[in-house]
Amino acid sequence: MTRRSVVDRAGTLIGLVAVALLFGMLVGRQFYEPGNLELMARQASIVCVSAIGMTVVIAAGGIDLSVGSIIALTTVVIALALKTGMSPPMAALMGIGAAAVCGLVNGILITRLSVVPFIVTLGTMLIIRGAAKGMAEERRVEAPFTWLNDLLRTDRGPLLVPTGIWMVIGAALVIAAVLRYTRFGRHLFAIGSNERMARLCGVAIGPTKIAVYTLSGVLTGLAGLLQFAKLSVGDPTVGIGAELDVIAAVIIGGGSLTGGRGSVAGTMMGAAIMTIIQIGCAQKGLANWVQQIVTGVIIVVAVALDRVRSAKGR
Amino acid sequence: MRGVRKAFGATQALDGVDLEVGAGEICGLVGQNGAGKSTLMAILSGALQPDAGEMRIDGRPYAPRSPIEARRAGVAMIYQELSLAPDLTVMENVLLGAEPTRKGSMSLLVDWTAMRTQAAAALAQLGHDDISPDAIAGELSVAQQQLVEIARALAIGCRVLVLDEPTSSLGRADVERLFDLLRRLKAQGQAVVYISHFLEEVKAITDRVVVLRDGRNAGGGSTAETTSDAIVTMMVGAAPAELFARSERQPGDEVLHVEAFEPGAASFTLRRGEVLGIAGLVGSGRTRFLRALFGLAPVHSGRVRIGTVGHAGGPRDHWRAGMGLVSEDRKDEGLALGLGVADNLTMTRLEPFGPAGVVSPSRQHRAAATWIERLGIKCSDPDQPAAELSGGNQQKIALARLLHHDVDVLLLDEPTRGIDVSSKAQIYRLIEQLARGTADRPAKAVLIVSSYMPELLGLCDRIAVMQRGRLQPPRPAAGLTEHELVLEATGAPGRG
Repeated sequence: MTRRSVVDRAGTLIGLVAVALLFGMLVGRQFYEPGNLELMARQASIVCVSAIGMTVVIAAGGIDLSVGSIIALTTVVIALALKTGMSPPMAALMGIGAAAVCGLVNGILITRLSVVPFIVTLGTMLIIRGAAKGMAEERRVEAPFTWLNDLLRTDRGPLLVPTGIWMVIGAALVIAAVLRYTRFGRHLFAIGSNERMARLCGVAIGPTKIAVYTLSGVLTGLAGLLQFAKLSVGDPTVGIGAELDVIAAVIIGGGSLTGGRGSVAGTMMGAAIMTIIQIGCAQKGLANWVQQIVTGVIIVVAVALDRVRSAKGR
Repeated sequence: MRGVRKAFGATQALDGVDLEVGAGEICGLVGQNGAGKSTLMAILSGALQPDAGEMRIDGRPYAPRSPIEARRAGVAMIYQELSLAPDLTVMENVLLGAEPTRKGSMSLLVDWTAMRTQAAAALAQLGHDDISPDAIAGELSVAQQQLVEIARALAIGCRVLVLDEPTSSLGRADVERLFDLLRRLKAQGQAVVYISHFLEEVKAITDRVVVLRDGRNAGGGSTAETTSDAIVTMMVGAAPAELFARSERQPGDEVLHVEAFEPGAASFTLRRGEVLGIAGLVGSGRTRFLRALFGLAPVHSGRVRIGTVGHAGGPRDHWRAGMGLVSEDRKDEGLALGLGVADNLTMTRLEPFGPAGVVSPSRQHRAAATWIERLGIKCSDPDQPAAELSGGNQQKIALARLLHHDVDVLLLDEPTRGIDVSSKAQIYRLIEQLARGTADRPAKAVLIVSSYMPELLGLCDRIAVMQRGRLQPPRPAAGLTEHELVLEATGAPGRG
């Protein structure tokens, strides 16, 4: 990590520490107990892994509103696959594969039709949600119990935290490396920062964008797998509005909707901030509406601070 | 306007300019690109504030702090790019911001009947009642849209009408109609400032002409008594300071061959060790030609050979074939301002920094640091966002990209626009070095587009003039003068 990106991320880190201290004081010492931290990590994992995908999309100057629907579709596909007697790893792959196809379709539509990503993914958000409901016949899909359901279960064994959390950490490391150490990563930031320059420089804009949305699909599929583990059924109505939480995590983490900026570390801190507020409010006995207002304020403050900082940079 | 000054950073864009225009007079404002016309008009229209000087309208002091204040004071600008709301009707556009309202509605309800009448009256005043107030602005022809803009200016009671290159997108018949209209407005007592590159237009329509050069008044007078030749002499001025040191260069192998290329009607060849200049006005089609040549704009017809192979395709193929472009639009196309210097500099060729799609940031930084040092780019580190650098340093990054890629053919579009003198001199030296070649690097071929004639005369071996979308055959620079080039670029024999 370079000096500059450390400075860039300091704001988010300060916010994270402040929120953690605040709720530590409000709730008490037990807020920092390992069990409670693990609870928060489990809670954050689904939004977090999807937000890592969204970070890539937003850094490339796009947006993906269909992630909530993709999560639902993934749970349904996994449940249906398990029901037909497929092995758990195959079922998980089927689910993630379906999510990848959704991302691929998003990417192809955006590049081939040259329609803005907001509109395309608004459309596919409805289409994928509808497809999930159709496949599930508008019901929850019961599935036989397998080890997939243990992905987010507390593990007292050598792993310390649930397997699912390790999966999120692994995905974060891989994507952070891809963004920083690959040509694909440099190209997608170039597209997000200035698409005309990217074109001038001979960056293959279409294929890069398609890859970006497909990657987002895969990571959202992983989020769907974790969602399935949490629910242990396929639920076509799960994750409605999740795209907004996911986008919020990226924005709080320093991503810019105008593209060219965003980092995995920032996004993970953003997701952590939102989760601490959620769990903290719940444990303090504050109503859900308080929690929503606080989260909303954090988003606006984060973006406002960011504007001030980038204005100073000019 | 009296003694108006304006500086941008170290650049003195206006250095005590005077401009006067009387009611019922059409005043032509001419000068080469960068002479300060746009800055002067931006000050007149309230978009910029002058550092010094005073302005008066009808004898009263006038110091607009915004375009809205300028409009209220009666100064209206008609820009080259029209600024209508294309989805609204003609009458809504004409009375935008000044909509008549119904009596007793506390100015809340629009009085559509009054609006239609007032808009129709404004159009009739222009002698163009053929345009319906109910037409959708975006569906009108460009000439008609321009009329709607002029009608809007009149509807708000404008005293001084400023037209910036109004004929650039008009056909010949429309130009005639516009001139008729201007004469009509003049008869009605309007003051008109007419800015144009085309001297024949200035001769045809204006009463008086004011020439700017390097941010100063360079002369002027009654249009009838001033010849085109005299105007060009005022525009060009004395020979510029010696910024150019040209060495003896040996033309080598042919690396670019262009034949019957459209857009641009261009045919020429370019050899290693040669610098070819394209002179022409902004909007003459030179940028479109260059972009098409690089695969960024559509090619209609023609043949291009880079090196020994025939060529077509996008920018990617051109980089691979050994051709690179520096865009004239540094901020919107040349660079990604949000990204660091190193990313901007090496974007076209990341392959050397690691195997199979991997980019090692430290190797990328080392490569960038080499160029940063060699070109004297002032930045705190290779990760510093390009936005934080000065224009001159940004431009050096855009040029360094071509050096990093090690292209054989450099296409440079206005490579020194809007940058400070010392960066300019460095870029000139660099171009010279590239064309000469060094022991370890063979000479390059350079194609420069510029509207600054001394630059072309100082750098180029041959110069071709782009005239209304057609590139004239290149001629040896040694036999050309700035006067000739300006005359050729501003004249328009094809239209006469």
